[in-house]
Amino acid sequence: MKLTFTMAAVAAIMAAAPASADLTFSALSYRTGPYAANGIPFADGYQDYFTLLNERDGGIGGEKINLVECETGYNTEKGVECYESTKGSGALVYQPLSTGITYQLIPKATADSIPVHSMGYGRTSAKNGAVFPYIFNYPANYWDGASVAIKHLLDENGGDLSGKKIALVYHNSAYGKEPIRTLEELAKKHGYELSLLPVDHPGQEQKSQWLQIRREKPDYVIMWGWGVMNQVAIQEAVNIRYPMDQFIGIWWSGSENDVKPAGPKADGYKALTFHNLGMDYPLYDDMKKYVIDAGKAAGAGDQVGTVLYNRGMYAAMLAAEAAKTAQEMSGTAQITPAQMRDGMEHLVITEEKMAGLGLPNFGPEFEVTCENHGGNGFAAVSQWNAAEGHFNLITDYMQSDQEVLAPLVEADSKAYAEESGITPGCM
Amino acid sequence: MPEQLLFAMEVTLNGLMAGVLYALVALGFVLIFKASGIFNYAQGVMALFAALTLVGIMEGQIPFSHLINATLGTDIHHFGWHVPGILAIVLTMVVMVGLAWAVNQFVMRHLVNQEPIILFMATIGLAYFLEGLGDIMWGSDIKTLDVGLPQGINTWIDETTFEAFGYGFFIDNLDIVATVIAALLVIALVIFSQYTKQGRAMRAVADDHQAALSVGISLNFIWVMVWSVAGFVALVAGIMWGSKSGVQFSLSLIALKALPVLMLGGFTSIPGAIVGGLIIGVGEKLFEFAIGPMVGGATENWFAYVLALVFLVFRPQGLFGERIIERV
Repeated sequence: MKLTFTMAAVAAIMAAAPASADLTFSALSYRTGPYAANGIPFADGYQDYFTLLNERDGGIGGEKINLVECETGYNTEKGVECYESTKGSGALVYQPLSTGITYQLIPKATADSIPVHSMGYGRTSAKNGAVFPYIFNYPANYWDGASVAIKHLLDENGGDLSGKKIALVYHNSAYGKEPIRTLEELAKKHGYELSLLPVDHPGQEQKSQWLQIRREKPDYVIMWGWGVMNQVAIQEAVNIRYPMDQFIGIWWSGSENDVKPAGPKADGYKALTFHNLGMDYPLYDDMKKYVIDAGKAAGAGDQVGTVLYNRGMYAAMLAAEAAKTAQEMSGTAQITPAQMRDGMEHLVITEEKMAGLGLPNFGPEFEVTCENHGGNGFAAVSQWNAAEGHFNLITDYMQSDQEVLAPLVEADSKAYAEESGITPGCM
Repeated sequence: MPEQLLFAMEVTLNGLMAGVLYALVALGFVLIFKASGIFNYAQGVMALFAALTLVGIMEGQIPFSHLINATLGTDIHHFGWHVPGILAIVLTMVVMVGLAWAVNQFVMRHLVNQEPIILFMATIGLAYFLEGLGDIMWGSDIKTLDVGLPQGINTWIDETTFEAFGYGFFIDNLDIVATVIAALLVIALVIFSQYTKQGRAMRAVADDHQAALSVGISLNFIWVMVWSVAGFVALVAGIMWGSKSGVQFSLSLIALKALPVLMLGGFTSIPGAIVGGLIIGVGEKLFEFAIGPMVGGATENWFAYVLALVFLVFRPQGLFGERIIERV
C-alpha cells in the first residue's frame, strides 16, 4: 500500500513538473490587488498565445512550451521574489510587466545571464544594448511614446506647436516621470509651453490637478497614468468638460478599463499604442478553435480581444519569434537563456512575417541589433468610440523623433554604465 | 476681485467637498473604535466589498461564478436581471449585516479582553480575507457604478459665480450630493447614539464594556450592530468613491485618506471626523495650490499627514477626541 502510494506520488510529481526539454517562459503577472483589472487581460493574452502554439504547432520548433506564471500583485518586492524563485526553472526570458520590477531585475538578470523583455515599459535607455546586453524594450519605449504624442499634435497643428500649452498629468513615480526629459527637449525644439502636473499614488484624488487645468486651459493634456489614476483623470476631464480629443494617454492609459467608468462622455479620448486593436485577424480564428472553444483559455476567458489582451498576446508572439530565431541560430530546439538573448538581439519583424503569423498590420516592422534593443520607435494613436465600445486606430504608425531621442538614450545609458562600472560593448 | 483670490476660493470650496469624502471613510473607523476600541484596518476593504456587492447585485451577477464554472465546467455569469439601485442598496445592507454578524461570530467574540494590538492584527487579516472574498465572489474587473447620482460641473454655481466675479467656480455635483449625504449621515448617527436605546447601549459599551455587561447589555449584539452601521457607512463611501473611479480594488486604498483625518479629528468623535475631514481637505488643496508649484507639486498625500502631525503635537487625542487620563 505504502509502495503504491509512493509510486502514485512520484507519478503525480513527474506529471506536474515540466519535462526537461520544454521551453520555459516566465510571466510575472498580477491577477490580484489594485491593478488586477489591467494585469489579468495581459496575462491571459500572454498565456493563450503560448497555449495556441502548444495546441496547434506542438510548441516552438517541436519543443512544448512551459509557462511559469508568478503573482507579483504589481509589487516590486514580490516581483523580485518571483524572479528569484523561478529563475531556477530555466526560464528563457522574463516579462516583468512593471517598470519598478524591471529596474530591480536589470542588474540581477544581467548577472544571471537571463534576458528581460520590458515591452513598452521599464528603463528607456535599456534600448542601448551595448550597455544593457540582457534587457530589451522593443518595439517602443516611453520616450518614443512622448515623441509620437507630440508628432501627432504637430500633425494636427500643421507642423507648428509654437505658443501652444501642453500639460503632462503623470503618476508621481519613476514610471510617470519617464517622459518629462523628452517632452522638455521637444518643447525647446517646437516652442510649446510644458506644464507638469504630478499625481500622487494611487491617484484617486486629482481635484487640484484638474482645477489647475481648468484655470490654465492647456491646448492639450498628455497623461502618463496607470490603474485608478487613469479612470479618475478621464472622469475629472469629463467633469470640467475638457475636450476629449485633446487628451492623449500613453499606451498604459489606453485600455477599455480606463474609459468605461466615465461612460459616453469619454468618447473621443485618445491613447497611444504600439500594436493594433480588435479581433479582426486570422490568428483569432485559430485562437478560437484551439484555445477558447477547446476550453483552454486562461483565466475566465472573458478578456479575449481587449486592448491589454492583445498586448499580452503580442508580447508572447515576440518572445516566440525570438525563440525561433534563437533555435535557427544555435541549430538546436532546446535553447538556453543565453541563446534566447542572442535570438532576441537578432529578431527581425517584418510585415510578411506578421501576416504569416495571422496578424497582418498588427504591429510595426522593426529589427533588433546590439546597439538597438528598443526597435525603431514606431507608435500610433487610437481613439475611444464610446458607442461602439472600443478603441480604433486613427493614425498610421509614426516614428519617434530619433534626432532628439538618440542623444538622450546615449547620455542616460552612458551614465548608467559609468555608475555601474560597465564597459559598453556588443557580445 | 484679484484672480488668485478667486482661484483660492474655488480651491477652498473643492477642498471642503473633498474633505467630506475623506470624512465619509473616517466615520466608519470612528464608529468601530468608539464602540470597541478596535482600529479597524479593514474599513477601506469594507467599502470596496460593499461597492462590489452593490454592483454585483444591480447587474444580476452570479456570485462565485468563476469558481462555479471552473469547478463544475458550467458557463454561468448572470441571472439575467437587473436590480434597481435602491433595492440593490437594501440587499447590499443585508449582506453587510451578515458580514458584521460573521465578523463578530467568528473573530471578534473570541478576542474579547485581548490587547488592542491583537484586535488590530485581526482586522488586518480580515482586510485581506475580505479582499480575496470580494475577488472570488465578484471578479476583479473594473465595474461601472451608476445609482443615478449626478456628476460633472454644477452649472448653476458656475453661472452664478461667473456673473458675480467674472469667473465661474467648478463644483462637482457628486461632491454636493456627498456633502448632503454626509450631513444627513452625521445627524442620523448623532440622533441614534444620543436618543435611542441601542445608541445609549453602544455608548455604555464604549465607556466600559464590563460595566455595560453587568447591567445586561449584550456585548455581542452591540458589536454586530456597530459593525453593521460601519458597514453602512462603508457602503455610502464605496458608492461615492466608486461613482468617481468605477468600482475596483484600489478602492480599498481610500483608507489612506482617512488616517490623517482620524489623527486630526480624534478616533472617538463623529463630529471630529467631519471637521477633521474638512480641515485636511481644505489644508491639502490650499497647500497644493499655493506651495505645490514651488516644490514640484504632488504635495497632498504627505501634507495631509504633516497637518495631522502638527495638530497631534498640540492635542494628542485629536481635536475632538477624549483626553485619556490614567491616574496612579
